[in-house]
Amino acid sequence: MKRPRRRDPLPGFGLSLGITLLWLGGLVLVPLLALLLRPLELGPLGFWHSVTEPRVLASLRLSFLGALAASAVNLPLGLLVAWVLVRYRFPGRRLLDGMVDLPFALPTAVAGLALTALYAPNGWLGAPLAALGVKVAYTPLGVALAMGFVGLPFVVRTVEPVLRDLPLEAEEAAATLGATRWQAWWRVVLPALAPALLAGFAMASARAIGEYGSVIFIAGNTPMWSEIAPLLIVVRLEQFDYAGAAAVGLAMLALSFLMLLGLSLMNRLWRRA
Amino acid sequence: MTPATAEPRAIRWLLVALAVLLLGAFLLLPLAAVFTEALRRGWGPVVAALADPDAQAAIRLTLLVAAIAVPVNTLGGLAGAWCIARFTFPGRALLLALIELPFSVSPVISGLVWVLLFGAHGWFGPWLQAHDVQIVFAVPGLVLATLFVTFPFVARTLIPLMQEQGRAAEEAAATLGASGWQSFWRVTLPQIRWALLSGVLLCNARAMGEFGAVSVVSGHIRGETNTMPLHVEILYNEYQFVGAFAVAALLALLALVTLAAKALLERLGARRGGMA
Repeated sequence: MKRPRRRDPLPGFGLSLGITLLWLGGLVLVPLLALLLRPLELGPLGFWHSVTEPRVLASLRLSFLGALAASAVNLPLGLLVAWVLVRYRFPGRRLLDGMVDLPFALPTAVAGLALTALYAPNGWLGAPLAALGVKVAYTPLGVALAMGFVGLPFVVRTVEPVLRDLPLEAEEAAATLGATRWQAWWRVVLPALAPALLAGFAMASARAIGEYGSVIFIAGNTPMWSEIAPLLIVVRLEQFDYAGAAAVGLAMLALSFLMLLGLSLMNRLWRRA
Repeated sequence: MTPATAEPRAIRWLLVALAVLLLGAFLLLPLAAVFTEALRRGWGPVVAALADPDAQAAIRLTLLVAAIAVPVNTLGGLAGAWCIARFTFPGRALLLALIELPFSVSPVISGLVWVLLFGAHGWFGPWLQAHDVQIVFAVPGLVLATLFVTFPFVARTLIPLMQEQGRAAEEAAATLGASGWQSFWRVTLPQIRWALLSGVLLCNARAMGEFGAVSVVSGHIRGETNTMPLHVEILYNEYQFVGAFAVAALLALLALVTLAAKALLERLGARRGGMA
């Protein structure tokens, strides 16, 4: 590609870049700058106290551990769905394919309401589970369930293209060399998919950490027990504690960023090995 | 005989059955629950809940917010895709990363940032109050929050496609004497129309269904700053379950229509690509 400065035959570079910067700056960068600067008025010590309050720590722990647990469960499930969609032809395949995107398209409040109705003690799935002694709605388990619901498409849609482009030759070679189907899958297919699985895991977790609408209905929102970090932001805003709310938001973003950084480093090491 | 790279037939069917069963229970049952709960007492209460003046106001407001946010992010997304996919310049990768940034920000934070700017105790709050302009707890705040959460949709759908297509077609048009706009309307747009439509559709679905971000800036004033998803929450918290699920069912229908249209557009796009 040519550099735009040297008389590019295509017009519109300056105009489109200008519009893009204006659009990005006004709608995303300036607002995020407020999030970055607002907690400063607390001072470093005040910020630390604000984000290490027991209730805040408990909510951050639930948001992050819940998201990681939900995404971990989504890994095998997402892999299974991606595998079936890419490798097999069966009646209803297109329908299954469309179903995967449902959590993307369904408004989060609707998902939250639906999951609560389903897993409440008198719901279709909640009643049999309650009979087994498993409480889902209004517990951290319910929180993780809603997080899994919104995260699943990320795993499937990240693994799918990689699996589709995976050359069959490697598996054929493994079979020729005497590997069983299971050995070929475990030693050849899975390592090739590992980076995509990890990337899907990271995206699903990032989404789940910040998730609000689908979680708050099923969570029951008991402080120190089933209260997620985004809800704490809302609570602080309602008390007009803007700096405190921004501090929780900033802590969430920083922790997410560290988590994504860690996962991408892991991915790089994996690829080198 | 089974080829060396395929599983035995029994295993194949077992895996398919397992995937269908798990996805059905995990994704489809909640959807079924929405419609069942809404229709628990027949169609009468559903129609009544949707005809309620507050519900009508919520539907109108949702349409209004989407009608402002979607075109803005479509134009921005087109501009962003044009400069990122057609030119190389320093900072291009950073620009792309920043455009995708709102996807990794919690919806609540997407609302919070506007309160920090324009709320009563926000940076510009006192100035706005002195000039009697209300942004937060009013329609402009809802629009801004929606703009933030739907920001990347169109750009993200267009950029990979336009990068793959390359700039040869537009260069040819320019060599043949086409002006920039002529080339855009006659060459670029026909190449990207299905993807563009699909991006707009997803942007719209998110704009109409957004909950967390608008919840923070709305103030929940009935008939004034209540969008459909917020109306669902209010009804639910007042134990008007049939009404809540009726409005939720309407939103679920929107999601289903969006998914169907997206699948159709993808097929159209693939067919075009296959012919080219």
